[in-house]
Amino acid sequence: MSTYAQKKGFGATVWDYLTTVDHKKIAVLYLIAGGFFFVVGGLEAMFIRIQLAVPNSDFVSAGLYNQILTMHGTTMIFLAAMPLLFGFMNAIMPLQIGARDVAFPFINALGFWLFFFGGVFLNLSWFLGGAPDAGWTSYASLSLASEGHGIDFYLLGLQISGAGTLMGGINFLVTIINMRAPGMTYMRMPLFTWTTFVASALILFAFPPLTVGIFLLMFDRLFGSNFFVTAAGGNTIIWEHLFWIFGHPEVYILVLPAFGIFSEIIPVFSRKRLFGYSSMVFATVLIGFLGFMVWAHHMFTVGLGPIANAIFAVATMAIAVPTGIKIFNWLFTMWGGSIKFTTPMHYAVAFIPSFLMGGVTGVMLASAAADYQYHDTYFVVAHFHYVIVGGVVFAILAGTTFYWPKMFGTMLNETLGKITFWLFFIGFHLTFFIQHFLGLWGMPRRIFTFLEGQGLETGNFVSTVGAFFMAAATVVLVINIIITTVKNERVGNDPWGDGRTLEWAIPSPPPFYNFKQLPLVRGLDPLWIEKMEGKKGMTPAEPLGDIHMPNASFIPFVISFGLFVAAFGAMYRLDYGWGLPVLIIGLAITFGSMFLRSVKDDHGFHIHKEELIDEDDNKGVKA
Amino acid sequence: MENNQTNTGNATVDIAYRRKKNAEEMRHQVITFTLMIFLTIVAFVAVGAGMSGWFTVPFILLLAAVQVAFQLYYFMHMSHKGHEAPALFLYSGLLVGLITILAFVTIVWW
Repeated sequence: MSTYAQKKGFGATVWDYLTTVDHKKIAVLYLIAGGFFFVVGGLEAMFIRIQLAVPNSDFVSAGLYNQILTMHGTTMIFLAAMPLLFGFMNAIMPLQIGARDVAFPFINALGFWLFFFGGVFLNLSWFLGGAPDAGWTSYASLSLASEGHGIDFYLLGLQISGAGTLMGGINFLVTIINMRAPGMTYMRMPLFTWTTFVASALILFAFPPLTVGIFLLMFDRLFGSNFFVTAAGGNTIIWEHLFWIFGHPEVYILVLPAFGIFSEIIPVFSRKRLFGYSSMVFATVLIGFLGFMVWAHHMFTVGLGPIANAIFAVATMAIAVPTGIKIFNWLFTMWGGSIKFTTPMHYAVAFIPSFLMGGVTGVMLASAAADYQYHDTYFVVAHFHYVIVGGVVFAILAGTTFYWPKMFGTMLNETLGKITFWLFFIGFHLTFFIQHFLGLWGMPRRIFTFLEGQGLETGNFVSTVGAFFMAAATVVLVINIIITTVKNERVGNDPWGDGRTLEWAIPSPPPFYNFKQLPLVRGLDPLWIEKMEGKKGMTPAEPLGDIHMPNASFIPFVISFGLFVAAFGAMYRLDYGWGLPVLIIGLAITFGSMFLRSVKDDHGFHIHKEELIDEDDNKGVKA
Repeated sequence: MENNQTNTGNATVDIAYRRKKNAEEMRHQVITFTLMIFLTIVAFVAVGAGMSGWFTVPFILLLAAVQVAFQLYYFMHMSHKGHEAPALFLYSGLLVGLITILAFVTIVWW
């Protein structure tokens, strides 16, 4: 946990995490919350697969199935994959650029708590009259017809957690632009930092359309406006555009950091510098750029006309080019390298063909004419699970194993890690490969059951068996984490032995100020350069001096809690008399605490250099 | 500011250089300010003259774009060193926004 080797009570630890502004602790919070929602979304996936295991199943009812399906997608994208990646970005990116924290530690904490309360609000719908049931895309024609408060939970929950994500993205951008260590030029930044940068830029531009769309839909549902109500002159297609202008970049927001994680793992375990670094950077930026020009490929069957469809089809296929550059660069990095097949490397090697298959079906789907056949079938389901599980989830699992020692100072068990990998890898392909064919055989997506004798029984049963393999893999991972934490065998700076970037030059876990002296960066893979010249660590770029640190604060939690309360008020305003007062009270809490933050000067504190020297003497290790 | 960071080691030269730079900047700002007032008057005249809306609306929008550029480059110092990142993000945002508007205008509404 922290570097002061003092025992803290449970209550003190909880309070520490509730008020922390330290990027490493916020990373842990993101990982815990994201991991929790990952399990929730995984359970929902299991219910889906159990329901579809046999024809005419009545494991869940049709209405409940719609809710489970909607919440599976929404939870996995917004509350599991993004926060888990944010966890890694928070934990690793500042270390990789040689910074002592992110640019705005307070906003970092605020971003986390907003995400957390938004996610909790969304999931409370299960206990308060039913979850949203219009799919994760929540198309307006469906969601406006949905009864009860499910969709309102979706709208308000995503609005709150989306604000948190947007803050996080801006924070990362400012950090990377302003807080790089001396010598860390843009073209010396590790690929994970680069992908964090581009993904954050995508967040900056993609989340506002979502915010606007959600606001319009919220006005339609809660305040009687008619933006998407066709009967009153609105246009339901506008929601689809707004959603996908956000939704398509969102896919790259997820997959670019995943690319980044693999671009770190592959050079370390091939013990060779990343092949074609500058083309990797170029490809990352190009993917981010093209990601905004392709959203209408989700809407080919809406009837945009042949010209619009053709433009978006060609733009979509163009993305295959930079992605192909990346695939070849990873292969060439491994080529001729002295490869160590550790658990993270297993994921990296498996990721390349798995993700490639998702990419190939992506190009198939991009041909607008053919898409009329694939649209809304299980072919699409198979495609995006190959991209998101084969790309993002593999990266999250690989990153968990790879960065676990850096974050917690102890190594996950390699044998159990490899068991997790094989179970997950086999289960993943078993579940989703057959779904391509189910789709081509005519199984529509989002149906809650199917009839006997249509040739869909075997495929669906195989798919369900695969899902259980993935569940078993997750259980093994949890066991691994528990065993590792209980054993608690501490490791040194560079536990994998071949670390190349700055994060491996400091203790695991790093002290709360990260770098005693900011390191001097002399090229790409700075630690590797020093190692090759026979040095033990980085050369400092500054004399030992006082370090300015921010104070912990409980205000981010309170601001987010206020919005959480206000969301209930906004939702129940029309049903109950207490709705409006609760809305006002919630907003008062939020704005009151923001006001308090503005008027109260908080200058942080200094760690004096004498204390830093003392620590040196005690440990005999130089950071 | 950014343009004052020259350091030749010779204080007199530095001050002379800075004074020259500042005077130049001031002249630009005054010229731009006059132009902006002139463009504003032109915009009002265009509306007041009672010409067809198909001319007036695009014309005023063009004037607005010029005004924004003046504002950014002459008053908010975007031409100076150290503003590359804000400029990059400004233009990327503009691009994304314009593509969205273009798409809505062409395939949703017309």
